[in-house]
Amino acid sequence: MISFLLNNEPIHISNIDNNCTVLEWLREDKKLSGSKEGCGSGDCGACTVVLAEINKSDDGLNYKAINSCITFMSALDGKQLLTVEHLEEQSQLHPVQQAMVDKHGSQCGFCTPGFVMSMFALYKDRSKGSNDDLNRDNIEHALSGNLCRCTGYRPIIDATLQACDQPAPDKFSKTESDVVQSLKALPDNQGVDGLHLPKSRTELAALINKYPDARLVAGSTDLALEVTQMYKILPQLISTRYVPELNSLTIDNKHLVIGAAVTYSQLQDTLLNEYPELNELLTRLGSLPIRNQGTLGGNVANASPIGDMPPVLLALDATLTLDDGEQSRSLPVQDFFLDYKKTALRSGEWLRDIRIPAKVNASFLSAYKISKRIEDDISAVCAVFNLQVENGVVSNLRTGFGGVAAIPSRCAALETAITGETWNRETMLKGKAILANAFNPIDDVRATAQYRKDMLVNLWQRFWLESQNHNHTELRVLQHA
Amino acid sequence: MRKLIDNNTTPGFSTKSVGTSKKHESADRHVTGKARYIDDMPEPAGLMHAAVAMSDTARGIIRTKDVSAIKAFPGVVDVITAEDVPGHLDIAPVFEGDPMLAHQQILFHRQPWCALLSTSTNIARKAAGLGKLEVDAEKPDLDIHQAHQKQNFVRPTHQMKQGDFEKSSASAAITVSGEVKIGGQEHMYLEGQVALAIPEEEDRISIYTSSQHPSEVQKLVAEVLNIKLHKVTVDMRRMGGGFGGKETQAAQWACIAALLAVRNRCPVKLRVPRMQDMMLTGKRHPFQNSFTVATDEQGVIQATQANINGLCGHSADLSEAIVDRAMFHCDNAYYLGAADIVGYRCRTDTVSHTAFRGFGGPQGMVLAEAMIEAIARKTGEDPLTIRQRNLYGGAGRDTTQYGMKIEHNNLPDLIQRLTESSEYWQRRESIKQFNQQNTVLKKGLSLTPVKFGISFTAKHLNQAGALVHVYTDGSVQVNHGGTEMGQGLHTKIQQIAANEFGLDIEHIEVTATRTDKVPNTSPTAASSGTDINGKAVQNACLTIKQRLADFWAEQNQGNSDAVTFKDGVVSLDKAQIPFADLVQLAYMNRVSLSSTGFYKTPKIHYDRTTGTGRPFFYFANGASVSEVTLDTLTGEYRVDRVDILHDVGTSLNPAIDIGQIEGGFIQGMGWLTTEELLWDDNGRLLSNNPATYKIPAIGDTPREFNVELYPYPNEEDSIYHSKAVGEPPLMLAMSVWCALKDAISSLTDYKEDPKLDPPATPEKVLKAIQALPADSLTVEVLSR
Repeated sequence: MISFLLNNEPIHISNIDNNCTVLEWLREDKKLSGSKEGCGSGDCGACTVVLAEINKSDDGLNYKAINSCITFMSALDGKQLLTVEHLEEQSQLHPVQQAMVDKHGSQCGFCTPGFVMSMFALYKDRSKGSNDDLNRDNIEHALSGNLCRCTGYRPIIDATLQACDQPAPDKFSKTESDVVQSLKALPDNQGVDGLHLPKSRTELAALINKYPDARLVAGSTDLALEVTQMYKILPQLISTRYVPELNSLTIDNKHLVIGAAVTYSQLQDTLLNEYPELNELLTRLGSLPIRNQGTLGGNVANASPIGDMPPVLLALDATLTLDDGEQSRSLPVQDFFLDYKKTALRSGEWLRDIRIPAKVNASFLSAYKISKRIEDDISAVCAVFNLQVENGVVSNLRTGFGGVAAIPSRCAALETAITGETWNRETMLKGKAILANAFNPIDDVRATAQYRKDMLVNLWQRFWLESQNHNHTELRVLQHA
Repeated sequence: MRKLIDNNTTPGFSTKSVGTSKKHESADRHVTGKARYIDDMPEPAGLMHAAVAMSDTARGIIRTKDVSAIKAFPGVVDVITAEDVPGHLDIAPVFEGDPMLAHQQILFHRQPWCALLSTSTNIARKAAGLGKLEVDAEKPDLDIHQAHQKQNFVRPTHQMKQGDFEKSSASAAITVSGEVKIGGQEHMYLEGQVALAIPEEEDRISIYTSSQHPSEVQKLVAEVLNIKLHKVTVDMRRMGGGFGGKETQAAQWACIAALLAVRNRCPVKLRVPRMQDMMLTGKRHPFQNSFTVATDEQGVIQATQANINGLCGHSADLSEAIVDRAMFHCDNAYYLGAADIVGYRCRTDTVSHTAFRGFGGPQGMVLAEAMIEAIARKTGEDPLTIRQRNLYGGAGRDTTQYGMKIEHNNLPDLIQRLTESSEYWQRRESIKQFNQQNTVLKKGLSLTPVKFGISFTAKHLNQAGALVHVYTDGSVQVNHGGTEMGQGLHTKIQQIAANEFGLDIEHIEVTATRTDKVPNTSPTAASSGTDINGKAVQNACLTIKQRLADFWAEQNQGNSDAVTFKDGVVSLDKAQIPFADLVQLAYMNRVSLSSTGFYKTPKIHYDRTTGTGRPFFYFANGASVSEVTLDTLTGEYRVDRVDILHDVGTSLNPAIDIGQIEGGFIQGMGWLTTEELLWDDNGRLLSNNPATYKIPAIGDTPREFNVELYPYPNEEDSIYHSKAVGEPPLMLAMSVWCALKDAISSLTDYKEDPKLDPPATPEKVLKAIQALPADSLTVEVLSR
């Protein structure tokens, strides 16, 4: 069974197509057609809904916007699902809806329910605790997953400012504790046919053993596309949501241990606390709804050559823990990627966690992403440089690159050549010469091979310039870099 | 009716509606999810779902169509191919060449060749992949240059000529030539293509379609089914975005759904998934335009020769008029002198490109701005100075390349005002300083004007109809031929009707566009929606008002000319009556309370044999100033500030007009910057989903975005002297493209005119920097 609240109505599902998405269920089974399908791939946000879940202190709710078009039903278990139909209170518009009307934030209206739900999530988020003034950056991050083709966004930005700057308690505030109780009262579930919810690594191992072709589901932001875009049938899905080891996030003085099913949103504060230099990359990774669902483990395990995080993990010398339920083993991240979308995972094994070394006074760390669009785009090139300089001499360099080879890669030649050199212009030029011929990238829809090669060289030069930029000249066009 | 309803108009409050920022008539329904699009409609009993199978090759003769595996798939109830079409197979809008399903040959990659019907959308889409099409594949022609060389055109070449180019250019001080390759654009309406067909009694059928042109859908469905037009009723309440992409491209799905519905006697819905939508519907035409322009020493144009090449794809669709409009707009706002403009409609084995906001106008104007930039860099003067010098105006400098006299030209004044309000010259100085101090980042600044011709260039389309009903409670229902795609047409129409009757807009309901209410309508296109339908609605309102005025005058032995309709009250001197009371009285006295309305645009004509005439009723003008900062290491950039002054005449609704201006600007900016369509050598579209085709996101909206309306009425007799606003603002985004060129040019102290073909992706910007001649650089460029 899968149990959740649809607004305030408890829903228990015991029989449903395991490939059914939340959007399909809403529109076709519940006839709630407010949430729209714009793309079916998590790129446009017209399907945005909000999931409320019990917070860490166990006394209230956290509200997160997600893309319902690429979410399987297992993601709902134990949560409250809110859609655009649920925001009105006795036919009074919710403040975010009213602001969209007041500021002329809708034209064709098709993207509007999705925007409204992202704004609602921001509204609820800002209703908790202390609030800085709402600024343009916050709004852009909150709405980064919603495309509008009509308005040019200005009125939507104004509406968000109006509604979310000083959010007053709304109808959901009044019922929050009741919802917490209702959520707690939901049963412990095992899932439905073909969509399993194991509670331990032993159960997970047993399921994988029973269904060797089953696919593991964490955020489903990539996997669901096989269903919605390629029309595949995935006969067995195993959700990693309830396996404790995959969902824990711990930090000791040596490592940050990130469970493979921890979402980007969950790990963001912890990771940025350790490595604030990753802020730009992390906020440009997908969109907020994608980060609310997507996991670091997924980004690693699907071994895409254009994932944003593997280059970071390479440059930070991360290690991976692989598990089969009986034994676990540790592997440096660079040994994990074998070939295009091929990994070192053995049959029956899964990625349990990612261990990132705690920060050891990195002198310079930068993670650069080049894409056609700043928000919600996939890297043409990702380049991460992690450099230690002691007394003007490079004592260590670790690199990570995406989009330039069949797998996320380090550039060992650069690392070796630069280590031991004085960190000066000559060394930078030496690095440029090495990087110019280090990779043989391909032409594709995101960039030509030549541009990718140029970027390797020029981002290295940018890295050097930034390390020399003592008078803080503006060197980037990104406004939140 | 025997007993009249309690009427509900409350007189006595101000009903000023025209000129105020009324909210979109569907705003409350948009934000609550209650606004229904076709896929949201409650499903009729017995609904079945359709999908299409597509070709994997771009060109070739079809050997066999094997649908056996589709038929065998559980849940599939019917399969059709071209052979099953009872009437016309060709659903092309003007000329021939667009089969509903591929017949004997494949014309482009992903062309649909079969359609199927099944019990669910999921089954339909899965089954569609099982069709087997055998084709004698040939290598597709994809290159516009090659098509031109081979004289492979979808329509004959057209020429516009004024004066003698050779003679006028011979003595010129400066001659520059250039070429610009302009990318196409995917519409990316958020609501994809969709249609619902419901068979009615016997051979009648109802169609719900997301279309800018319901009358054409009606006609094509009738032709495909081989029935008369009056058996087909098309209903169109709202589109989730159109932008030209649903002018002709919506018909195919309605036709397929209609045929499947008739064959199987059941309602049929066909919703095209996003990736398919992007691969098998036409886009904005890519263009490749070249020019030779001759000027005097001041950079004032004496003579212009231009070749305009539109990449049309496999068929004509609307390409004849689109390339014409590119030719009509290759002057933008400038007098071209002796002009020789030739437009070619190049045929390639790709999807047939179609209408998109601006309709070729933008691609023509880009050429004009490319010419100006080239002249400016030659003369060494600021491009703004060259632009101002070349604006239409003065004796002998007021005739376009198609012989139309430019009247009421407000651009010199508009540009002057914007130059001041945007502090162009002060910022030009600070940008020069910034560029001297920063070795990595360079700023650019540009002001570009827009002069966009308003009217369909196909004269007969410049007509509109309306049907207005006044009910006995004083409420009014308005129907007209225009369609609502988000642009606020229905809101403006509501305001117009409210203004005419002196009622609050609450009393006006604009209903779905339906072919059984207003027949033989034109597409909602060419920015004409409010201009023509607003006038038609006004015409219908005036007819009803005249009847009511006559009746009220008769009742009071007065003169009907003195009757006024204001604030919910009808007055004849001291004889005042609430509107609804008068309506009831009129009804009881057997006065007709319903009327059609009609409008045709005056003054327009164009002779294609001579390439001269007055194709446009008037021009909508505007100008924008954009400031950009670019990174010379990566080609990345941001748009720092945009200032716009745009001419909508007397604004009917400032919020809606500003919404069109901002939205059009950002859409145009996307076209010229991040939106890059790429095809591989086999004719396969690579940028076929929103993960690979990037329209502007929220962070792309400039942080400083100042938009003002130019505060003067239209001099022509348009509806309340307003001006059309749908398309013109899109072209304001040219200032972003020119500002990027300006920033690159700064590396040469503004001597070089960099070659930057739009869309100016970061990669192309970097390439333009790298392509600057080494000896032209006046500063160190780190990426070289």
